[in-house]
Formats: sequence, structure tokens, C-alpha cells
Amino acid sequence: MSKTTNVQTTNTSNKPLKLIVVGNGMVGHKFIENVVNHPDHEHYQVITFSEEPRLAYDRVQLSAYFSGKTADDLMLTSEDYYDQHGVKYIIKDKVSNIDRAAKTITTESGRVESYDKLILATGSFPFVPPIPGGDAEHCLVYRTIEDLENITASAKESKVGVVIGGGLLGLECAKALHSLNLDSHVVEFAPRLMAVQLDEGGGALLRTKIEELGVHVHTEKNTQSITAGETCRYRMNFADGSHIETDMIVFSAGIRPQDELARQFDIQIGERGGIVIDDNCLTSDKDIYAIGECALWDGKIFGLVAPGYTMAKAAVSHITGGSDQFTGADMSTKLKLMGVDVASIGDAHARTEGAQTYTYINDAEGIYKRLIVSADKSTLLGAVLVGDTDAYGTLLPMMLEKMQLPDAPEVLILPQVEGGGESAFGVNALPDSAQICSCHDVSKGDLIEAIHAGATELAELKSCTKAGSGCGGCSAMVGQVLNAELEKMGVEVNNNLCEHFEYSRQELFDIIRTKEIKTFDELLAQHGSGLGCITCKPAVGSMLATYWNEYVLEDDHIQLQDTNDIFLGNMQKDGTYSVVPRIAAGEISAQGLIDLGNIGVKYDLYTKITGGQRIDFFGAQLHELPLIWEELVQAGFETGHAYGKSLRTVKSCVGSTWCRYGMLDSVSMAVNLEMRYKGLRSPHKLKMGVSGCTRECAEAQSKDFGIIATDKGWNLYVCGNGGMKPRHADLFASDLSDEELIKYIDRIVMFYCRTADRLQRTSVWMDNMEGGLEYLKSVVIEDKLNLCADLEANMQRVIDTYECEWKKTLDNPERLKRFAHFINSDATDDRLAYEADRGQNKARIAQPSVRAAKAKGQEIPALEV
Amino acid sequence: MSEFNWETVCSVTDISKNTGVCALHHGEQVAIFRVGPDEQLFALQNYDPFGQANVLSRGIVGDVDGLLTISSPLYKQHFSLESGKCLEDESVILQTYMVRQQDGLVQLKV
Repeated sequence: MSKTTNVQTTNTSNKPLKLIVVGNGMVGHKFIENVVNHPDHEHYQVITFSEEPRLAYDRVQLSAYFSGKTADDLMLTSEDYYDQHGVKYIIKDKVSNIDRAAKTITTESGRVESYDKLILATGSFPFVPPIPGGDAEHCLVYRTIEDLENITASAKESKVGVVIGGGLLGLECAKALHSLNLDSHVVEFAPRLMAVQLDEGGGALLRTKIEELGVHVHTEKNTQSITAGETCRYRMNFADGSHIETDMIVFSAGIRPQDELARQFDIQIGERGGIVIDDNCLTSDKDIYAIGECALWDGKIFGLVAPGYTMAKAAVSHITGGSDQFTGADMSTKLKLMGVDVASIGDAHARTEGAQTYTYINDAEGIYKRLIVSADKSTLLGAVLVGDTDAYGTLLPMMLEKMQLPDAPEVLILPQVEGGGESAFGVNALPDSAQICSCHDVSKGDLIEAIHAGATELAELKSCTKAGSGCGGCSAMVGQVLNAELEKMGVEVNNNLCEHFEYSRQELFDIIRTKEIKTFDELLAQHGSGLGCITCKPAVGSMLATYWNEYVLEDDHIQLQDTNDIFLGNMQKDGTYSVVPRIAAGEISAQGLIDLGNIGVKYDLYTKITGGQRIDFFGAQLHELPLIWEELVQAGFETGHAYGKSLRTVKSCVGSTWCRYGMLDSVSMAVNLEMRYKGLRSPHKLKMGVSGCTRECAEAQSKDFGIIATDKGWNLYVCGNGGMKPRHADLFASDLSDEELIKYIDRIVMFYCRTADRLQRTSVWMDNMEGGLEYLKSVVIEDKLNLCADLEANMQRVIDTYECEWKKTLDNPERLKRFAHFINSDATDDRLAYEADRGQNKARIAQPSVRAAKAKGQEIPALEV
Repeated sequence: MSEFNWETVCSVTDISKNTGVCALHHGEQVAIFRVGPDEQLFALQNYDPFGQANVLSRGIVGDVDGLLTISSPLYKQHFSLESGKCLEDESVILQTYMVRQQDGLVQLKV
């Protein structure tokens, strides 16, 4: 490590300091983000260059590209963001020359820019071993989106694919080839997979699991040449005399620092490559920094994103006069490879002298855990976890903080036996300095600070600290820290529904289910007090409807219904209602439109098309509702449940029936889904969307459930939201058949209905869920709670007992009595008034200020019409 | 109090338990509620002074800290069923009416 004197370079002049960032990868972008977010950001001007055709994207999630994410989904930034913050960006132009004396750079296209500080964030390139024949057309690498496009193109003309390299990236790539329907092989030089991170036992188990998935693994194979094949395009010849045939090859045999530019202009380079930096990320030139995978610190290259981010932070800190430095990084990792949980901590190979080990092997469930502890068994040195990585969150801080181990360290990896009491090594045992989120470097202390500052809900805590918003692996830990801290602060976490019930919504749902309670009065008498209120009545009404699906206007249920449910319409500001018939998936015949039009004309209703592809009539008076619905039902329409906390619409694009690009019949799927879930009462409204291809015309990823067709089936996205707080939906599962898709949606919807809070949309439900998306997958796909059969049965009951509420209401003259403005007169509300606007009626109501002034109440003011 | 001072509006069973109806009473709109296990009756003006619409009979009946209330279906303000007082803004008091049950009939005082 070369040490440079710490020159404080705080910019005090009026002219902004010009920073040029070479390379706009994840780390380069992080540097820019840190500058933009710095309090003195106006003192700095940033220009960034990228040789790639787009701005920074998430390379860690690269394999998601094969499961339906687009290049846009992976973007970490946008031109708008850079424009907004005055960051200049030049893409598709490579910096080729540095004049260190004049402090300028030149690009391949001849552009010249001067700099005050130059930041090299040039990253790395894939190492391709010099194998004869290795430069053939279908020999590729795996690093950029363009590489992925090449792999996809090549896969279309191939049947067999080989990945050279059984490390982390190699296995990701093998998974990608497997999902592209190739007969996939992994060829590794070392005796086991992930040789850097795993020991023999862990590597062997990982191999078994991956082979079970249908990927062939070949270890201890040294490829000597690639020649023409007999059954396939190529033949790979190994040093031991064996060979395999394949149509394409992807090299993933490690990375090399991209240090060419620095090397060319005499900046100090390590013996085996890498730009030498000090703790401030300064190179041998005091105006040039290097960060990320191109940088060499203490003889080491750091091929993970988290250390790169720390370097970016250190470099910005040095330029702006701060004190953050880069002092090395822990390379522990936890990830899911082809569905297999794998984690490696610290000295995984027990190389420390005198190290002792403890191993737990469970062949039946495919679990391998090994602890490596110091000779005196006092501290943890490392660990290998395969098949079950739950202990990672506890073990990592124990290793990093050199915490005292319990007398019997093996308890840390032994399975928790039911009734065995809680592990004493929960989050409370961690010091404040313990890092919880490695992606964004958030410590337990940072979380506690945010909790004390008022972030007392998981979703809020995650958004203000960013913890859990990278790979998401620490999400459960973040939840545990929050709960432990709230408990310490003496904050009683009161999630009682309201003053009438000392239970949370989820608890009440369980009571209704297990005690088979069918009415509000029964529930109130046995488990509550008082009469009820606007909070508990509609909430319990919704839960009873979700579980029993009885007619909402049954005598026992009427009092529970919210404003809108009680008259099966949405009350508008003047007390009239809107009427929305179901137009499933937005598909309507011309005759249907004519029928709707005639009804609208007859009752003089304001008419508008909704955001959910249906038609909304406004201005229907209470007594008119049955008349209008009588005609709608006659014309073949049924209620659209626009008034309910229930499924609204399933939006769709026209799909493969007409569209040139449609992969599957999105309209039919959307109709099926809408007809399946219509009427189901849920904690809040539910919206769905089905797109026939990745162009996503139905905007499905902004819905609670988004479904997108691919050439291999349906991709299911969950918990998206438009509205006040937009949230992109998370990819839940890919390449599903119709049956699988519906099975998963059934389970998730019902699980949401049972566990969400009152009026909690799926997006917030997800953000507050401990364990997040992975937890939901384990419940719904792996049936971890042994609940799926029950969820499906519940859903089936709701589907089997569906009735159109309006049709049922019209059939009962007693019920219709309620649809009159007066109980003792046929007169109507004489207060309603309208004015014409663009050819239609609109309600006349005073402005809010006038409304407040008049809100004195003793007298009914006449309306000035 | 003689009988002719009371006017029959509807029968008690015309009002579902813990809900309300609206009656036209000498040109005024009156919301009448049937509340609780002992089926008490309450009558208030139907006009919601906040939302400026005749809608209170369609609100949700309940109790807040033991006080019987009706909440507006428009902006959810609570009003005491007994006094008409608004819980969110004490300066707002709704007109109340005398109501009684007689032989299964609901009657308002004229």
C-alpha cells in the first residue's frame, strides 16, 4: 500500500471544482450520488464518461435479465436524475488519454476535458484464459447487458451450453443458460464449486443440489483446447484426456482490474494488476483517485459491490474534506444460487493456526453448516452455510466484532428445537457498531438512531436508512432490531384495531376462523366491548366477508358496511352515487357500449372512462340506483365492486389475439382472473394487470398483482402500486403455466387478506413484512407454514359462493325499500344542483373555504344556485 | 304531552339495527337512528354541515369513549347522537329532534 500524505483539498474558491468520473458503473454512480447528496454539492461539477451505451445499472442483479427484467428495470439512475443535479454524462465514448501535467483527458472521439480531480472507476473485465480456439464466435463472456444479449442470441441457435468457471458468477450464468432451455454444464478447474468461499463439505452439497436441478458439473477440468465438435458446434478437450461437446461457451473464470488507462500513463500499478490506492483511494497521482474493482488496496482487489461503495464514500470524503477512509472490507457473502442458499463468512477454510471446527450435516434436508472458531474457542473466525443460511445475520457480526462465543459454540448452528426457548444470541447481543446492511453499510447504531428519530415502522425505517433495500438479505434482521429497540424504549407496540377490540386485525381474523364466528355482534360480545366504530365495523365486515363470503346486506352485516358498501355504490360529494358495472379486462362489445350509453342518457348521468378500463356513471340518486341496476342487469352487466375494498379491475392489453408482438393471450387471462377474484373482500382494494409481452402496455408492474407474458409462460410480479406512493412490483416467479400462476395468486391474495393490517395495500404489507419477498416466496412456493392447502380452500369457498350483490338486491323487495331518500315520502333530495360543463352535468358544491365557514350547522343554509 | 303532538314516520322494523333512515318532517330532513341492544331511537338533522349534503342518515353508528355517535359518510366527523355536538369541532352542533317508539311505530314530535 502506498501512503500519500493526507492533503485536505476542500474547495473554498468560488469556481466549482471539476470532477471527472471515468466509468459509470455501480461504483462510479455511487461516487456521483455521494457528491450530489453532499451538503456542499454546489462547489463541485461532475462529468462522467461511459463506454457502455447506457448509464449505471445494477450488475449484481444481472441474471434477473433472463427472468424477465428489462435493461430499464436494472437501471440505477436516469438521464433525468443527472440533468436535475447538473451532472454531465457522455456515454458510448471511452476515455483514451490522460495528460497528467495539463490535467486533461481525451476520449476516443477526440473530446477534451480538463479536470481538477480525476476518478477512475473503470471496473474490471472478465478473464478469458488463453485457450486455443477460445476466440470462436460462440465463445462469450458475462458482464454487461450487451454480453447478456449476445448470450441470448447464441442460445437461440444452441442446444448445449458450457460455463467455464464454477464461482459465484459462473453459477449465476449456468442458471441463466438453464433458464434459456439449454442442456447446461459447469466446468471448474478446482476440485469444487465456489472454491474461494466454500469448504469441501459445503461445495459438495452445493454440487448435489445444482445437479438435482439438471445442471451438469465437471470439476478438476483444465480446458486445453476448443476444436470443432461432432454432435455439437465445439468440442472442449481437457488435460486429463476427457472431453465434452457443446454449442456455446461462456467464460466466467474470474475478473481482472481494468487498469489499462492508469498503466498507460504511469500511475502506479500492482504486480499482478490493479491501480494502487491508499486509504483515501488516492493513486500515486495526488489528483487521481481509483475506486471499485480497478483499485488495488493492500495488495487486494475487491470484487464485490459493497467495498466499492465504501471506496466511493472514502474518495468523496477526501475530496470534500471529510474523514471517511477505506480500511479494507470483509468479503463474507450470502446469496441464493439457483434456489440454493449459500453463505460464507471470514476464514471459511480454517486457515488460521489452531482453528477448531464444528460441523452440522443434515442429509435429509440438504443442510451443511460449519463453524470455524479460534484455538481457545473464544471467538468466531468463519463459517460455511449451505441449504440454510438463517444464522448468517447472527454469525457475521460475531466474527466482525470478535464477540465472546458461548460455552458451547455449536448451539449457533444447531437447529432450533421447538419449545427450546429463544436463542440468547439475537440482535440484542450485537454491539451498535455491528453492520446490519452490508449493501448500504448501515450499522445497528444507525438503525437505532433512526428509530429514536421517529422511524418506528419497518417500511419507514428501511426507506430512511436504505437498510434492506439492496439485496434485501438483511430485511429480517432490520425488523428484529426495530422490535428489540421499541421494546427497550418501552414503546408498547399497540396494534389493537381500535378501542373496541384489543386485538390486531390479524389476530381477529384468526379468532373468526378458529371460533367460526359469523357476525359482528357475536365477535363484539365475546372479544370486544362497546358498540363498535367506523374503524372496526367495516374491518370486521370485510374479514367476515373474506372468510364466509355472505351477502354484505344480510341483516347482521348491514350496520358494518362503510358508506359505499351500504348502498353498493360510491358516494360522491353531494350524496349521490357513482355506478360502475364490471367490464372484465376492459373487454366490451359494441352492443354493450350502446346499452350503457342508453342507460346513461335515460338517467342523465355524467359519464367518464376510469383508469381501470371501465365506465363510470356519476350523479345517480339513491332511489335511482335500483332502477339503473335493473336495466344494467337486464343488459347482462353485473356489479363492478368499485365501492368495495375488493378486486377492482384486471387491466389488460389486447395480447396475442390481435397484437403483432403478443406472446400470450393476455385478455383471456385477465378475464379469467377478474372473474375468479371478483367480489372477494380484502384489507384494501386490489388491482391487477396482465400484459401480453414485456412492452408492458397494461402497466402491470404498478399493480398489486402484475402478470407479464414471455415466450416461456407468465411472469408474476407482486405488491406494486401506482397512486400516492408508487412502488414497482417485485418479480415473484417466472415462466409459470396458467395453473401455477393462479395457484400462486390464490395463495398470496388469501395470505394478504389474513395477515395485512386494515386498509393496508399490498405494497406497504410487503415493505413491512419481516423477511420480505423471500419470506413470501417461502410461504407461498415452499409452503413453509404448512398453510397453502387452507389458503386455497378458503379461496375456493369464496369463488364458489360468488353472487352479484346487485342482482341479489334487486330480487328482494324488502331490501329495495332502503333505496329511497325518505322513509316516509316519495320526494327526492331537493338540495341537489348541477351545472353544465363540456356538455355534461357536474355537481355544484361550494369551495372548501366556503364549506368551512358554513360548517356551523344549526341552520341548513340554502344553496345559491 | 298529548298524542296529537306526535307524528308517525315509519315502523321500528323499517330501520335495520344500528343504522339510520331519513324522514321528511314538515319540510325538514331528519335522520333517525335505531341504536344498541335496547333499541334506543335518536333523531338529528340529516344535513352534514361539513360535507354540505343531506347524508347523515347513511353514516355508521358507534361509540367513542362510551358516547353514542353517528359518523358522517362523507368526511367521517363524529356527532353525538344525544346532543348533536361534533366531537372534532365543538362549535358545530346539529339540530336534534324528539323521537319516540309507540306500539312498534317511530314517531317525531311536531
